[in-house]
Amino acid sequence: MYTTELEDKNKKPAPREVLVAEDPAKLVAFEARVAADEFIEPKDWMPAAYRKTLVRQMSQHAHSEIVGMLPEGNWITRAPSLRRKAVLLAKVQDEGGHGLYLYAAAETLGTSREEMIEALHSGRAKYSTIFNYPTLTWADIGAIGWLVDGAAILNQVPLQRTSYGPYARAMVKICKEESFHQRQGFEIMTVLAGGSPEQRRMAQDALDRWWWPSLMMFGPPDDNSPNTAQSIRWRIKRETNDELRQKFVDVTVPQADAIGLKVPDPKLAWNEARGSYDFGPVDWEEFYAVVRGEGLVAKDRMKARVAAWEDGAWVREAATAHAAKHVVKAAAE
Amino acid sequence: MDRALSDYAMRLGDDSLILGQRLSEWCGHAPMLELDLSLANIGLDLVGQATHFLMLAGDADRLAFHRDVLDFKNCLLVEQPNGDFAQTIARQFLFSNWQELQLRELSGSANETLASIAAKAVKEVSYHARFANEWVVRLGDGTDESRARMVQALEWMWRFGDELFDVDAQLDPLIAERIAVDPRELRAEWEARVTKTLAQATLDVPVPRRGARGGRMGHHSEHLGHLLATMQFLPRAYPGTVW
Ligand SMILES: [Fe+2]
Ligand SMILES: [Fe+2]
Ligand SMILES: [Fe+2]
Repeated sequence: MYTTELEDKNKKPAPREVLVAEDPAKLVAFEARVAADEFIEPKDWMPAAYRKTLVRQMSQHAHSEIVGMLPEGNWITRAPSLRRKAVLLAKVQDEGGHGLYLYAAAETLGTSREEMIEALHSGRAKYSTIFNYPTLTWADIGAIGWLVDGAAILNQVPLQRTSYGPYARAMVKICKEESFHQRQGFEIMTVLAGGSPEQRRMAQDALDRWWWPSLMMFGPPDDNSPNTAQSIRWRIKRETNDELRQKFVDVTVPQADAIGLKVPDPKLAWNEARGSYDFGPVDWEEFYAVVRGEGLVAKDRMKARVAAWEDGAWVREAATAHAAKHVVKAAAE
Repeated sequence: MDRALSDYAMRLGDDSLILGQRLSEWCGHAPMLELDLSLANIGLDLVGQATHFLMLAGDADRLAFHRDVLDFKNCLLVEQPNGDFAQTIARQFLFSNWQELQLRELSGSANETLASIAAKAVKEVSYHARFANEWVVRLGDGTDESRARMVQALEWMWRFGDELFDVDAQLDPLIAERIAVDPRELRAEWEARVTKTLAQATLDVPVPRRGARGGRMGHHSEHLGHLLATMQFLPRAYPGTVW
């Protein structure tokens, strides 16, 4: 998930002209390989703009996995049954694992994990806007699994065939786990929607709050998405934001119907001719505000991440110091 | 079911549950991503064990979410706050090394259910002990700061070690029937293990002190009530609901 461009909408798309600086023969060969659906590997030649886009996209994805541990981690200690606690712990642990795979895959492009983390903490790197919304009730844990992981699946399944080999392979591992995440979320929502009036209220309220931010996860509309064309050409991306968003709506609306929850969109209607749902306009002003860091809990999220990193510095230093002593000891023996 | 057996299963289950709950507080806040994963993984194992032990004692969710402090039977060690990472490691170090021995013996229990839960759990816990031991060594023999923090953490946790080896009137008959483990028989081996790791960490064994006790009888530290308030909030606030 979380692979949409989170650039400012006024930023100009990477122009074809930047490619002029590249060796034309190499560029032609590269684009032919990509067009033939070959995987590009770390040692292969690639245009600088391709490398840059990938580092941005993969690190953004990794950061999203890590920041995404916070809203769900917020409920592990309050999970309402032993089974729910175990499932949520396992899920959040998976998300941390996804972060690890993705940082490792991004490192093959020559940027270290520390550099990427530094970029996150300084605000230069982005993460998915969805995690800047608060988890207020237990139903939010259901909504995140159902909607956010559901959106992630749609986003990530095509990325298993993305052109950069290490990224594609990381996605194959990750996709296997995401469907379990989506199912556990939907199961939580199903139980709440069929529960007491208070539980039903929590479930509907969670859907009301998470629906639109989930649609925003696919990124700005295609005509306002600066890097989409180039990313599709390079098979970094395989479907456009609007195509994926439509798929999400089509898959999710019947699920909401099935458990008796109402999608908070008065314009939502089945379009027989298109064989798809029509839906109302997304509030893109809100999206860009959240991208700029104005989400309700954006500051809390970064504060928590920075604190974990800074408070843990002495632990990482100790591990490094200990390892170094042992290298010295081993050499002396 | 036999009251003594269910009490014993609760002691075992509560130790795992409360420590699992504590470890899950780290989620997303650990010093590095790898540690986030390890701590969550250990927490997950512990919550799993707790579920099995509490199922033997009765309705596991009812027991976990609807008992108050006086009815929790965990040792005081596991309810101690996470503190800094050294304090979390010191707690894990003392507990997992004990729990591994305890489960190893329990896997030969005359009670088949206890024996089979223990046989599965002991494999998980031997990893927990290894993880904690390795970190005690890294922090003890790392930097000046990590060493000072590790020393301080052990200072805090050390007084809770004795309780792990206590036997009381409730335990006696179960030990006689070979259902429960006699923890006194684990002490020498536990001390040997702990001493060995501390030596590797270039740390002194803390001086003996008067042990803090009471957990098994429901007389806990102030920390447990807050932990339960968080953990039990939903089932308590919405009685009679299914989640
Ligand atoms: Fe993801
Ligand atoms: Fe994930
Ligand atoms: Fe996920």
